Amino acid sequence: MTTDTMTPAIPVTRGSARSELMKQRVLAARWFLVPMLIALGVVAGWPLLRSIWFSFTDASLNNLYGAEFIGIGNYLRWTTLESGRTIYRGLLVDSAWWNAVWNTVRFAAISVGLETVFGMIVALVLNAEFRGRGFVRAAILIPWAIPTIVSARMWGWMLNDQFGIINDMMLRLGLISQKIAWTASADTAMTAVIVVDVWKTTPFMALLVLAGLQMIPRDIYEAADIDGVSKWKQFWRITLPLVRPALMVAIIFRILDAMRIFDLIYVLTPNSSSTKTMSVLARENLFDFDNFAYGSAQSTLLFLIIAGMTVLYIWLGRVNFEGGER
Amino acid sequence: MANLQLNNIRKSFGAVEVIKGVSLEVESGEFMVFVGPSGCGKSTLLRLVAGLEDITSGELTFDGQVVNALTPSKRGIAMVFQSYALYPHMTVYENMAFGMTLEKGHSKEEIRQRVERAADMLQIRQYLDRLPKQLSGGQRQRVAIGRAITRDPRVFLFDEPLSNLDAALRVATRIEIAKLHESMHNTTMIYVTHDQVEAMTLADRICVLRDGIVEQVGTPMELYERPDSMFVAGFIGSPKMNFMSGKLAETFNAPTVGVRGEHMVVKPSDGVWTGTVIHSENLGSDSYIYVDIGADEPVVVREEGGKKHQSGEKVNLAPLEGRVHRFDNAGKPIR
Repeated sequence: MTTDTMTPAIPVTRGSARSELMKQRVLAARWFLVPMLIALGVVAGWPLLRSIWFSFTDASLNNLYGAEFIGIGNYLRWTTLESGRTIYRGLLVDSAWWNAVWNTVRFAAISVGLETVFGMIVALVLNAEFRGRGFVRAAILIPWAIPTIVSARMWGWMLNDQFGIINDMMLRLGLISQKIAWTASADTAMTAVIVVDVWKTTPFMALLVLAGLQMIPRDIYEAADIDGVSKWKQFWRITLPLVRPALMVAIIFRILDAMRIFDLIYVLTPNSSSTKTMSVLARENLFDFDNFAYGSAQSTLLFLIIAGMTVLYIWLGRVNFEGGER
Repeated sequence: MANLQLNNIRKSFGAVEVIKGVSLEVESGEFMVFVGPSGCGKSTLLRLVAGLEDITSGELTFDGQVVNALTPSKRGIAMVFQSYALYPHMTVYENMAFGMTLEKGHSKEEIRQRVERAADMLQIRQYLDRLPKQLSGGQRQRVAIGRAITRDPRVFLFDEPLSNLDAALRVATRIEIAKLHESMHNTTMIYVTHDQVEAMTLADRICVLRDGIVEQVGTPMELYERPDSMFVAGFIGSPKMNFMSGKLAETFNAPTVGVRGEHMVVKPSDGVWTGTVIHSENLGSDSYIYVDIGADEPVVVREEGGKKHQSGEKVNLAPLEGRVHRFDNAGKPIR
């Protein structure tokens, strides 16, 4: 294309021959980084270290500062009975925890999967030229702009078993024979949560993908037309590979978000073990059940799982955060 | 190898008509250049031939077959774009082979042979495994040409292929395109440019376009020696033709006369025009002298050799015998 490979803003230094200018640049760069590092340390690093510390103590809400170190007891402890049977306890053998992990992973996989497909379709439509495109682009962001609490409440009413518009419409259309308690019933609660989440975050996905699509020069599609490549093949062989870097970044953003899902589930399906996620469970233990140390252990494990998945994803997907490949 | 007929082709974008009825025949194996100032519709006309835009009205035939409704690939054309338009995620080999691998009926071996043959013609064989971003502009454009050759087209289209290259590379690539035309003498080529030097050096015939209308079609020498209008006279040739009108043209019995810079001579006395040298440029092999003789623009005289005239010097000018182009008030030639 017309733009050649971008030259990096800071030239590569060779060996020890660092010029005065280069030293100045590095120094300036460090000073610019300091405020961000301090902010990160205060709002992210310190709380994270605190919860990791609490997860190794017997802390409770009433007695945070008098907490004592108890080792890995919150994660796993065992007692051997006189009969010789060993009983394991702790987070790693807690079935409620693993149920929450499974719920979270299932939720993240299905909702991010659907959002990726729908987001791609919406982005492809928005990438086409048509009248009123600017308006549609702005309008599509509305679900994303509504605070989750509000949209969860709104959907809660729409999905209500007695008065909800969705039951009413489906009854009239003959799709269901009796009203369904979408959010309360264990069979449908997860579906309801996923539907609302997809509705809410598809626009975000669509805009990230759209940004990637707009990086693709139009002329190569003309070249493909001349090469006799069908529109369908153009999508799979040209669009998808070229939008992949943007798509991978969008997916990782969404996975990180989905793995921490809390507000939507807390409002839409409170206390349903079929949708309870890691965050919901951790909060319950931290504040409702006064198991502060145990909740901290769950938070820590949640952090480790997300961190592990992210690293795995970046490594497997060879995501390039440095920008496009072009 | 195809004979192209354009019959009263028109193209409108909304209410704006860009191509206003073009009729033209491009013979089989011919190298036709569309040239004209920017906005004259030359690129649009090429895109109509390619099938990248729909023809609003008129008929386009390849070897007698109407192709208006055919997709680009069905027309059997190949096109080289100004921006190269290479697939950035594919290697040079994949770029060149892409069209063929998706077509049915080509074996891997056949594709490889065709790609390699094209690569050899353009000396890009050593780059086959590289990505476009690892190549220079000139190499990329050679790959784009190679991709077009691999398609083995009936008609080869070039849309300002040299515009993104620097001056030295432009000349080198121009020569390669000329050689390519020699070695593919069966293939009809249409080449769009705004640069009259490319038009003159490459074309079998040139089609000069202006505001969506054909001004003149002819061989480079026809256009140079017998322009059909003041527009063509001014557009073809460098430096631009000098036009003198009114009193300055009286001697030649015409409202306006045109004389090319290379056909103007400086005389010690009794010239047709007299004026003052206002500037002179030394190009080494020759020099351009700008003389103010009272016309709207200074007259440019091209003299062989280095600088011989100083600014402020009075000079007499006269045209070479038989090299005066006379034009009427409508800008048409009087012969």
